Amino acid sequence: MMKKLLAAATALLLAGSVGGALAADKLKVGFIYLGPVGDLGWTYQHELARQALVKEFGDKIETTYLENVPEGPDAERAIEQLVRAGNKLIFTTSFGYMDPTLKVARKYPNVHFEHATGYKRDKNMSTYSARWYQGRYIQGEIAAKMSKAGVLGYIGSFPIPEVVSGINATMLGAQSINPNIKVKIIWVNTWFDPGKEADAAKALLDQGADIIMQHTDSPAAMQIAAERGKLAFGQDSEMIKFGPKAQLTSILDTWAPYYIARVKAELDGTWKQENTWGGLDSKMFEMAPYTNMPDDVKKMAEETQAAITAGKLHPFKCPVIGQDGKEVECKGGDHLDDGQILGMNFYVKGIDDKVPGK
Amino acid sequence: MELVEAIILSVLAASTPLLIAATGELVTERSGVLNLGVEGMMIVGAACGFGGAWLTGSIFIGALCGIAAGTLMSLIFAMMTLGLAVNQVATGLALTILGIGLSGLIGARFVGERIATAPHLSIPGLTDIPLIGRILFGEDAFVYLSLALIIGVWWFLYRTRAGLILRACGDNHVSAHALGYRVLRIRMFAVMFGGACAGLAGAYLPLAYTPFFIPGMTAGRGWIALALVVFASWLPGRLVAGAYLFGAVTILQLHAQGAGIGIPSQFMSALPYLATVLVLVLLSRARTGGSTAPAALGTVFVPDR
Repeated sequence: MMKKLLAAATALLLAGSVGGALAADKLKVGFIYLGPVGDLGWTYQHELARQALVKEFGDKIETTYLENVPEGPDAERAIEQLVRAGNKLIFTTSFGYMDPTLKVARKYPNVHFEHATGYKRDKNMSTYSARWYQGRYIQGEIAAKMSKAGVLGYIGSFPIPEVVSGINATMLGAQSINPNIKVKIIWVNTWFDPGKEADAAKALLDQGADIIMQHTDSPAAMQIAAERGKLAFGQDSEMIKFGPKAQLTSILDTWAPYYIARVKAELDGTWKQENTWGGLDSKMFEMAPYTNMPDDVKKMAEETQAAITAGKLHPFKCPVIGQDGKEVECKGGDHLDDGQILGMNFYVKGIDDKVPGK
Repeated sequence: MELVEAIILSVLAASTPLLIAATGELVTERSGVLNLGVEGMMIVGAACGFGGAWLTGSIFIGALCGIAAGTLMSLIFAMMTLGLAVNQVATGLALTILGIGLSGLIGARFVGERIATAPHLSIPGLTDIPLIGRILFGEDAFVYLSLALIIGVWWFLYRTRAGLILRACGDNHVSAHALGYRVLRIRMFAVMFGGACAGLAGAYLPLAYTPFFIPGMTAGRGWIALALVVFASWLPGRLVAGAYLFGAVTILQLHAQGAGIGIPSQFMSALPYLATVLVLVLLSRARTGGSTAPAALGTVFVPDR
C-alpha cells in the first residue's frame, strides 16, 4: 500500500514536468512507461524504439515520455496530461494501462492511442503485442539440447496467460528434443525485484536444474547462472553483458519497426485502428545471437527460427496434450488459435506442477 | 545435506540487508524518532555504493560510499524533524520519495555496468568443514558484520550509560531534558546511525547480492526493515530472530515451489507480514500496560530555553 502511495506521488511529480513549447507543425508523440528507462528490460526496449523514432523522423516529430507511471487510475491522469500537452499519438506500454487508455481514448476521439499487450480497442485505440511464445519454443529446444541434468528452472512472474503460454511453448520445444525433460517452476509474484529473482535462480540451481529461464525483468538470474557456471536465457533485452559465458540467447523486444510504421501512418494521415500481434516474421521481436552452444545446436535453433518465421512450424501445433492426458480442442485448424493462446490457463503434459490458483 | 547448506546460505544472504537496516532503525526509534525513510536511504545507499565500487574497483570504498550517502540522507531528515520540528511521518515518507528519485539520477550513469561481487571469506581448514564450514567461515564480510553490529547495539543499549540515556530520550524526552541531557543532539546521532545502517544495507544489494545497479532495486526491503523493528518489539535479540525468520520464509517458499509442494506462493509471500500482525496481537495481550514501543516515539520535542 505504502509503495503504491509513493509510486503515485512520484507519478504526480513526474506528470507535473510534462509540457514544453508547442511547435505547431510537428507531430507530437507521447509515451507512458511502466518502469524507469534504465531498467535494462521492458521499459528500456520501448525507450530504444522511441529513440529510433527520433532518429527516423528527426524534426518532423517531437516525443515526450513519462516514466515510472504506476498501472491503474493514476495512469489515466498521466495519459490525459500527454493529451493536454498536445500529443496526437500516444503509446501506453504496459498491460495495466488498458482501461485508463480506453477511458482517455473515449474522451478525446481526435487523439490516437496505441496500447501494448492489451485486448480492448476503440475507433482511436489500437493494440499491439508480440508472439513471444515462438521465441520460447526455440529456447525450449536449445535448453533440452544443452541440459545435462534434464531439468530446466523457470522463473515466472505472475501466472497470467502470457507467462503460462510461454512455459508451455518452452516445454513443447524441449519435449520435441527430449520427451522426458523436466521443468521446475518458481513464481516470484513480481515483474521486478532483482534480489528475489536471484534467490529464485539460486533455489532452482540448488534443486538440480542446470538451465535458467525467466519471465521477469532484471538480469539478476542471468548473473547467478553465470556465477555458478550454468546456462541461462535473457529476457526482453540483451543480457549477455551479465553472463558472457552463460547466455544462450534472449528474446529481444524490438518495437522500433512497429513504432516507425505507426508514426509514418499518422504523418501520412492513414492511421487506423488495428490489432497487431506480430511474430518473428514481422520482426516484432528478435532472437539475440545464439551463443555458448555447439554449432549443431546453433544450427538447429536457426533452422527452427527459420521454420517458424516462414510459417512452416507452429509451436502449438496440434495435437497439444493437456496435463490430464486429453487432447486440447484444436480451434485453429492444425494448431491452437490465437484466442486459445491468449487465454491459456493450463499446463501441457509433462509439466509436473499445477497452475497457481487452479 | 548439500541442499540444506545451500538453503541456509541463501537465507543468510537474503536476511543480511534486512538485519542491517532494521538495526539502524531500531536505534533511531529507541531514541524516540520514527524515520519512515529507510527505503529512500537504502536506495540512495545502493546507488552510491555501486558507484563508489565501480569507480574505484573497491568493494570496501563502495560500502563506505553507501554509508556516507545514507548518513547524508538522514541528516536531511534530522534537520527537518529535529531542527525545524516538522512531522516525522510526513518527512520520512518524503525522504523515501526523494531517495527513489535521487538514486535514479545518481545511478543513471552506472546502469548496465558490472562489478565483481564482494569476496567470500575463505579460511583454509575451517571453510572446508562439511555443512557448517561455509556457513560459519565462508560468507561475505557483510554477513558477519551485520551480526557484530546487532551485538554491538545490544551492548550499547543495555550495558552502557550512553545507551541508557538514549533510551531515556525515547521514553520521556521531557524528563531526559530536565536531567540536563541534550535530547536533540542525542537523537541526531541516533538518526545518523540509522541512516548509516540503511545506506550500508542498500549498498549490500549491488555489492554482494546482485552485482549491478538498477533503479528501484531495493524493491520494498526498507519497509520490511521497518516492520521488523515492530515485530521485534524494539528488542535486539528478537530483531535477529525476526530478520532470519523473514529471510527463511522468503527462501523456503521459493524452494517449496521448486520442489512442487502445493502451498500457494501468494500465501507464502504474505506469511512474514501475517507473522508481524500475530506478534503485535500477542504482545498487546501479554502485557497489561500498553505497548512496548518507546513512549515518546514519533513525538516532536522542542526544548524550552
